[in-house]
Amino acid sequence: MTAQRYLLDGVRPLGGEPVRMLLADGRIAAVGTDVDAAGAEVVDAAGLHALPGLVDLHTHLREPGREDAETVETGTLAAALGGYTAVFAMPNTEPCADTAGLVEQVWRLGRDAGHCDVQPIGAVTVGRQGERLAELGAMADSAARVRVFSDDGNCVSDAVLMRRALEYVKAFGGVVAQHAEEPRLTEGAQMNEGALSGVLGLGGWPAVAEEAIVARDVLLAGHVGSRVHICHLSTAGSVEIVRWAKEKGWDVTAEVTPHHLLLTEDLVRSYDPIYKVNPPLRTDADVQALRQALADGTIDCVATDHAPHSLEHKETEWAVASPGMLGLETALPIVQQALVDTGLLDWAGVADRMATKPAAIGGLAGHGRPLAEGEPAHLVLYDPAAEWTVDRARLASRSTNTPYAGHALPGRIVATFYGGRPTVLDGKPT
Amino acid sequence: MNRHLISAGDLSRDDALLILDTAAELAQVASRPVKKLPTLRGRTAVNLFYEDSTRTRTSFEVAAKRLSADVINFSAKGSSVAKGESLKDTALTLEAMGADAVVVRHGASGTPNRLTNWIDGSVINAGDGTHEHPTQALLDAYTIRDRLGRLDGLSVVIVGDVLHSRVARSNVLLLATLGVDVTVVGPPTLLPVGVETWPCATSYDLDAVLPKCDVVMMLRVQQERMHAAFFPSAREYSRRYGLDARRMATLPEHALVMHPGPMNRGMEIAAEVADATRSTITEQVANGISIRMAVLYLLLGGTEPAIGHDPAHTEPTESA
Repeated sequence: MTAQRYLLDGVRPLGGEPVRMLLADGRIAAVGTDVDAAGAEVVDAAGLHALPGLVDLHTHLREPGREDAETVETGTLAAALGGYTAVFAMPNTEPCADTAGLVEQVWRLGRDAGHCDVQPIGAVTVGRQGERLAELGAMADSAARVRVFSDDGNCVSDAVLMRRALEYVKAFGGVVAQHAEEPRLTEGAQMNEGALSGVLGLGGWPAVAEEAIVARDVLLAGHVGSRVHICHLSTAGSVEIVRWAKEKGWDVTAEVTPHHLLLTEDLVRSYDPIYKVNPPLRTDADVQALRQALADGTIDCVATDHAPHSLEHKETEWAVASPGMLGLETALPIVQQALVDTGLLDWAGVADRMATKPAAIGGLAGHGRPLAEGEPAHLVLYDPAAEWTVDRARLASRSTNTPYAGHALPGRIVATFYGGRPTVLDGKPT
Repeated sequence: MNRHLISAGDLSRDDALLILDTAAELAQVASRPVKKLPTLRGRTAVNLFYEDSTRTRTSFEVAAKRLSADVINFSAKGSSVAKGESLKDTALTLEAMGADAVVVRHGASGTPNRLTNWIDGSVINAGDGTHEHPTQALLDAYTIRDRLGRLDGLSVVIVGDVLHSRVARSNVLLLATLGVDVTVVGPPTLLPVGVETWPCATSYDLDAVLPKCDVVMMLRVQQERMHAAFFPSAREYSRRYGLDARRMATLPEHALVMHPGPMNRGMEIAAEVADATRSTITEQVANGISIRMAVLYLLLGGTEPAIGHDPAHTEPTESA
């Protein structure tokens, strides 16, 4: 941690009254109106909101194996520019992160890059093939201290294997993050199943393929008394199942991506694969249900599913294009547009859904903390009144597959402090 | 007319009738000793076929050549990704070669839409995945009008694998635009989700709709559907949705039997039905050339009468 001291002058914690906030020795040293700035570098934060450094439970950093699309270095820089101080890296790398050695490699690459904490997620099954459990305990015991396990990209569709995984990770306080997709129901699927898929002649990905797995897994989690986390919830029906499971008192959490909070399947009419994601963009009714569920706490957190892909995997026919879109650098503005500007969530709610809850679900104790004296100085300074136009050429990610290029978004990430040290100042990497 | 022909849904009633009338005019060329017009001399049409389709490719090729266009056949199996060169690069290459029209057949729905982003010339959809095949629908409409003398108010039944059929999609859109009452019939597993929003009626009962229709259009059932639980067996499909002599006998006397080909004889259509005089299957092939000539002519900027003499003498009698 740096010894550098920063005084954030006029900053508004969670959008509240302006204060001075002193960051020293990696912590928030003082918060108040008369904090002494002696020896500190003063940052003019007048009018800027302070939020806890964002935490992404669902990031694809692509290293090792697909460094043409993203590296730990470029992905975490994108994270910092998006206000993140910690990201959980999904294991669908090449090779797959299903061993202690692999997760340690990713963890070290993140530490060396130094833009934010990188917490690897381990694969549930060997090679994410869904046939036998990976060495979950070895990954948990490794230097990376893995606590979240997922075959993301694939569903752990075998009910017995899923049950065993849920039971097994109890030994070290782990959680299984499920990519809920019944594979037989989505064979050949290209977009949300409905009237539009019929018109466009694209294979349908029915809502029930997600909901059937969500229902099964919350029942399994309830049965074995373990924790399950549902990745990228995309349908109104899934929301109802998660709500029901929580009412039962089962240890079930869920995430939603920024794009599922804003974009609808209608965009697929263009056949532009920039809109191809998995799970697919759904209907406006789904979007409204997801927003409501995030606001009322049924959905615990926002996770980006940041999925960089090189140009040749996107500038092609819809059917063969890789699913996924960038998320880290635009998540907070999208959440502002979809939830804050619509009156569904206040800034304390945003901090909860984008920092506190994901850190808690992933077991990352030092993140998502209150902006209070003595807490780790992971925070983001944000100007919600600003507006910016997304420019592909200025993204830190190595890939450019964002659907927002050329679009004006509200809000601007002005600075990110990671352990008291700025990784981003005045909107630029330090 | 739009610059491209991607979907039958893009055609207004006037556009569609203009194509049919132009095709009727151009059909006369086929009966001449010299089956060629100078209309598109100096223009280049590229047949970009990622899927094998001798019938459609040849039809477009003959159509373009009868209008004196230069034709380049660019065949490429599989997806462009599998092939190594991206679709975009292929498009830019064709653009650099000065293609005035690109006729594209591709296994992926939406590929013609993608090409319009990269190509200045006209893009003509010759079948994309399970999306559309607008010139097939146009030639079907032409054939019906040619045989029955009109389209408005007719009843057309489309039978079979509507879910995977680009021919059905285009026909439903085009025929509805032209005032035809369309009913799609098939097992529920082969009717698309959301079909109730299409401009057509639906039925699971072929026997119930046959006595009232003017045209029955059979769709090809692909072998892989027979092994993917869309229906229990080929035999059961054939019994419930196949057109055999017994069912044909329930049709009104004037009613036509159509099939876009290639047929599974004995599966969706019995041999004696396929070869019956009310069957239009070979006419559909011949009419395809006239339709494609008309489409190429109109998209590539034809403003003069296609044949080049007084259109009063070429007024199609069947367009009443």
